[in-house]
Amino acid sequence: MTYIAKPRLHHPTLHTNKVGYTRRDYEGRISTLCAGCGHDSISAAIIQACWELDIEPHRVAKLSGIGCSSKTPDYFLGASHGFNTVHGRMPSVLTGANLANRDLLYLGVSGDGDSASIGLGQFANAMRRGVRMAYIVENNGVYGLTKGQFSATADRGSKSKKGVINSDSPVDLVGIALQLGATYVARSFSGDKAQLIPLIKGAIAHGGAAFIDVISPCVTFNNHGGSTKSYDYVRQHNEAVSRIDFMVPGEEITTSYAPGEVVDVAQHDGSILRLRKLHADYDPTDRTVAMNYMQQHSARGEVVTGLLYMDPLATDLHTALNTSEHPLNAFNAPELCPGGKALEKINAALR
Amino acid sequence: MKRIEAVNDFVIKFANVNGSGSASANELFAKAVMRMGVPVSPRNIFPSNIQGMPTWYEARVCEKGYHGRRGGVDMMVAMNPQTWDTDIAEIESGGYLFYDSTRPLPPSKFRDDVLTLGVPLTDIANAAYTDPRQRQLFKNIIYVGALSVLLGVDAEVFEKLFAEQYKGKERLLESNIKALHMGRDYVKTHMAYPLGIRVQRADNVGDQIFTDGNSAAALGLVYGGATVAAWYPITPSTSVPEAFQKYCEKFRVDPATGQHRYAIVQAEDELASIGMVVGAGWNGARAFTATSGPGVSLMTEFIGLAYFAEIPVTIVNVQRGGPSTGMPTRTQQADILSCAYASHGDTKHVLLLPQDPHECFTHSAAALDLADRLQTPIFVMTDLDIGMNQRLCKPFVWEEGKGYDRGKVMTAEELEAGKDFGRYKDVDGDGIPWRTLPGTHPTKGAFFTRGTTRNPYAMYSERGPDYIYNMERLLRKFKTAADLVPQPIVRKAKQPTRFGVIYYGSTSPAMREALDVLETQDLHLDAMRLCAFPFPDSVQEFIASHDTVFVVEQNRDGQMHSLIVNELDFDPAKLPRVLHYDGTPITARFIAGAIAKRMEAAKKKEVA
Repeated sequence: MTYIAKPRLHHPTLHTNKVGYTRRDYEGRISTLCAGCGHDSISAAIIQACWELDIEPHRVAKLSGIGCSSKTPDYFLGASHGFNTVHGRMPSVLTGANLANRDLLYLGVSGDGDSASIGLGQFANAMRRGVRMAYIVENNGVYGLTKGQFSATADRGSKSKKGVINSDSPVDLVGIALQLGATYVARSFSGDKAQLIPLIKGAIAHGGAAFIDVISPCVTFNNHGGSTKSYDYVRQHNEAVSRIDFMVPGEEITTSYAPGEVVDVAQHDGSILRLRKLHADYDPTDRTVAMNYMQQHSARGEVVTGLLYMDPLATDLHTALNTSEHPLNAFNAPELCPGGKALEKINAALR
Repeated sequence: MKRIEAVNDFVIKFANVNGSGSASANELFAKAVMRMGVPVSPRNIFPSNIQGMPTWYEARVCEKGYHGRRGGVDMMVAMNPQTWDTDIAEIESGGYLFYDSTRPLPPSKFRDDVLTLGVPLTDIANAAYTDPRQRQLFKNIIYVGALSVLLGVDAEVFEKLFAEQYKGKERLLESNIKALHMGRDYVKTHMAYPLGIRVQRADNVGDQIFTDGNSAAALGLVYGGATVAAWYPITPSTSVPEAFQKYCEKFRVDPATGQHRYAIVQAEDELASIGMVVGAGWNGARAFTATSGPGVSLMTEFIGLAYFAEIPVTIVNVQRGGPSTGMPTRTQQADILSCAYASHGDTKHVLLLPQDPHECFTHSAAALDLADRLQTPIFVMTDLDIGMNQRLCKPFVWEEGKGYDRGKVMTAEELEAGKDFGRYKDVDGDGIPWRTLPGTHPTKGAFFTRGTTRNPYAMYSERGPDYIYNMERLLRKFKTAADLVPQPIVRKAKQPTRFGVIYYGSTSPAMREALDVLETQDLHLDAMRLCAFPFPDSVQEFIASHDTVFVVEQNRDGQMHSLIVNELDFDPAKLPRVLHYDGTPITARFIAGAIAKRMEAAKKKEVA
């Protein structure tokens, strides 16, 4: 994709994090996406989030499907293993990878065509199973690589660049994730880094299936008047439920808030998501409230963003399957093979 | 009319209604005959249905140990009124009919040339039991008891089997023995016994085991170290993951923590099950899925990715009759081509071809080693005939202390020491590149896996030479595979011959028997059993050294024939096809008949 090598030189004054890496160590190759693409902002947010979380890059596995969004894992975390799988099937590959080694962090990157059209089934079932991962959909409502067809998240009545009006109802990935049991559900906007970075950090620290739908305008095919996924439209209709800060365990809290203004939610690993409520009545730990709220506001044409729901005590598929703490891919014959004597007994029972 | 008289050599067929509990009674009968030292090969013939439809259990008793289906029925146990007429018609002339005589039937329902043996099973069961379920279940044991006297099977054999089965469940043990004797006593008081066909103690079973290919494959996967299984239910493969689960619960639970050294996911479809296996294989766990033809069709996009991105994957394909939904509960060898060349673009895959449950075990374990060694999908191609029927076979063997071949996985130490890592580079000349697992080293060895083309260092590249390098290397790897897979087995004819025959998988027992039959007709053939694809050079040599080589298989289009012609460039005319594909297992009678006809025609032509 890219033919230009990125310079490896670092500015000597770049800060390192607690594990000794600079922010640039979390970068990947130079993006080949269009200038101004929302996806590049999301890649930058992922880089920032991982650096701030002091994650060693090689302890992350990044998986994607097919499409513009699915190309992006090449543009961040260059020292991580990545897997550009097949169209719409990233969730199953990530599930298998996660079962093989529960010690790594899993980042699933997908698009609206990848997750809401061809891969809707895999998206839904991965949410149902509670695979521990941060699943990010870079949602632009359009097929970019094949030049501008509507995707399944395009709103009914929205207009394509060629002037076609979409007559199909949109797939609401956030609504589906909420309904099917995802334990961390957020929506954000690629143009709002301040909101997106802590949401990604919260998702990575989450103990179960975390899903973030990021509206990410396609500057080439879906950034015109009549589109509901353009920069202008999202900025005008963005309805954030909260502003969040992500705090690692033991971090000093310096800002003070008026009573009732903030809610602290502690995750299983001790990290804290501090929510500055923008809507006093919004409770992000109540799934039913979240679903109702989303429905009411989207009916008004608003794009609700922020942390919409989270179960701080979420568990994952490994808990359900009671798999060993020790990663399955690290076992060998002595731990896995029952041996010749056991086989003799089996033979005897079959005579 | 001549009555069929045969000791330790007959076919008995049980016609039942499915869901009536007959399966375990029929299996009990087969096991009892084996405990008499006489080999039996039973086959379930069942519908795609849960309850109420006809089902048959055909057991071939054969002292010589031929396990292929023989064809023809010497004795029918007619327990299903729905299929009465066709069941009666199927009995060989001079054969025997056993039935429940509680309800009188008009003489037109019987045949003059068949000996009729009526036992009032329902009356006996109703007199002894009040609970309807008990009446049904014990009626089955009563008919087994009655048959045991008619066919000369000793009561002690059953009593021992019951004692093993109901160890610690005294009440069940007692009631089963009681039911057995109700049947035995009735025959002893009312009928002449034993019949002209009967069982006599022999010593031809030896240390063989009696099991089905699906559970054997599952056990092989446990022994071979599979830790991740993802699957979607499909007949006739469903019992592979189910047995895998059962064995894992027994052998793979950490005794200290109770935690599982395995993960089994029933996926939402075959696309997801193969996706999970690909993900787990990419991440260094041994993973498998089990499916049948329609499932493989759904998986093909992923199979192409695994081939090109070089990811270890094991797929057990328990073949059934196709195309489309085809015959879900019948057997065929009809996925050879769809698996050998699965997916778009130029792809070829390794197929292992087990002939019985013993090989389902060894080949499934071997498949996991081969997948890691070759970094590619490996198919274990079994079928319904060996998968879902119990078969006498050699006991399972495992070399104590045998480790796993994890293939070329570069370690953190090697990377740290500066070893060159080119994910798609052939450094050893065998076409197999080195790989790294995610999370291995902080700065070295990471790469981006993709289905798109790339250079030897895993960098995206659409350059023609990079693509060609990769595709040629994959061919080289396939050549390496030919040496690593189980090698073909040759049985030489008693005298030199220009004729040969090639066969594989579940055709094997019928083929062995057919060769013996042909030999008695002075028709001699060298026989090669294929155990895998790609074909080693010995296959080429075998065909080249004969004028005519029959290819015997169970599909309409001669799929292995096509594969041989395509891969080895032989003239198809040299390889006559012997094809059986009606959904029933191939028989020795069919093979010997077809081959004899053509060999005799060829001889005549020569004389003329």
